[in-house]
Amino acid sequence: MVTRVGIEVSIAVAEAVKLANADVIAAYPITPQTHIVEHLAELVADGELDAEYIPVESEHSAMSACLGSAAAGARTFTATASQGLALMNEVVYVAAPMRLPIVMVVANRSLSAPLSIWPDHSDMMSVRDTGWIQIIVENGQQAVDNTIIAFRIAEDQKVLLPVMIHQDGFTLTHVIEPIIFPAQEAVDKYLPKNRFPLPLNPDRPVAMGEFAPPFIFTETKWAQEVALQNSKKVIIKAWDEFAKAFGRKYMPVEKYHSEGAKVLIMTMGSAGETASVAIDELRKEGMDVGQIRLRLWRPFPFQELREAVKDAEVLIMMDRALSYGGPGGPVASEVKAALYNQTKRPKIVSYVISLGGRDTTVSGFKDIVKQGIEIADKGSKNEYEIYGVRE
Amino acid sequence: MAKSENELTWKDLEIGCIVEAPGSARKYESGTWRSQRPTYDFTRCIKCGLCALYCPEGCIEQNKDGHFEADLYYCKGCGICARECPTRVIKMVEEVE
Repeated sequence: MVTRVGIEVSIAVAEAVKLANADVIAAYPITPQTHIVEHLAELVADGELDAEYIPVESEHSAMSACLGSAAAGARTFTATASQGLALMNEVVYVAAPMRLPIVMVVANRSLSAPLSIWPDHSDMMSVRDTGWIQIIVENGQQAVDNTIIAFRIAEDQKVLLPVMIHQDGFTLTHVIEPIIFPAQEAVDKYLPKNRFPLPLNPDRPVAMGEFAPPFIFTETKWAQEVALQNSKKVIIKAWDEFAKAFGRKYMPVEKYHSEGAKVLIMTMGSAGETASVAIDELRKEGMDVGQIRLRLWRPFPFQELREAVKDAEVLIMMDRALSYGGPGGPVASEVKAALYNQTKRPKIVSYVISLGGRDTTVSGFKDIVKQGIEIADKGSKNEYEIYGVRE
Repeated sequence: MAKSENELTWKDLEIGCIVEAPGSARKYESGTWRSQRPTYDFTRCIKCGLCALYCPEGCIEQNKDGHFEADLYYCKGCGICARECPTRVIKMVEEVE
């Protein structure tokens, strides 16, 4: 029996962690993640979730506690955002090579300075090379579903890697949406507890996190890279089986009227739904335009991306982060790299939009598509365009 | 036969580089880092054991005569024992090829 309720997305995500039956939550509150961990603290205190809640003194400690918890074989959850993610950065790097299946929700928020509590993808990009699986969602239902799915991916014995679920702060975390909660029995069936194969155990001591001299370090890094590359198959299978059990399907690259369209825009995160409305309106006006949405950021879905843009002549990229002094948007940079050696590839126009919570509206996306087509035709003096900046 | 260090491939690594056999650090010859080595004039030794207490490597033990002496397999040659010895038993000398 499924229920559909109007609920704040942060509270719904906490309820998803309860449905996933997490054993340990170690977290430190930070806007806009606070309501997630606050509600989890309530669930544990009220006895509704049988878990250890560790109220740590910083995000650095939160992730450190998560390492120990996952190493002991417990189903482990944390959440953070922005400065909190930056403070825990050192420990975030440790989780993946140690193959600890931690699940972390990141309520995407811009990094200081200047101080901003509003969403963009600068925090998400700061952990791009930490070796975590990174999935990004567009709405509350996707956040709930993928929080559950993340545990299945992380704990799969073929994966054993930490997973981040990115959801844009405020735009998703603080809105009330209609959410379908899967039934507990169905989640239990989908999500059996896969214990860490070599957990900390006094009866069978193991050494974790040792140092690696030069004779073996490269091998440790390649083992980590192969594990992350191979995880894509399991991620897709976890999504497929979720679709079979619950009827909602996720894919590494999702398409919206993109088949055969000559012009595509590519989005990542919550702005994608606004962009879809713009696509609807542009198509009504007779424009041959479609959209693709990136769901899986790491491991990067090279094949799926190439397939999705193979018929396009123009690809307009939307990034919500800026690589200063570099190529502009990190997603555009990745997409250009993925397509460079293809014999047939679209012209790419790269936009940086919606930094620090500034909304790009439907008319904004329509404007970008029209500008983008012109730039693809005539060229631009810029490496990338930054939309809406006042000169 | 177990592979030597330089034959190990990435596939030989346990998940997360976990080491299952305890005591593997014991095999690590940190003595190769040494540029100075301790020498002893045990006629002055009062067997107080301060050198062993201060040794950051924990590699100083009593020999059969009861004098304290570093295990050169692990001794990194830091010279703390020579500095702390109250009767100046220990003198650090340069390692030569």
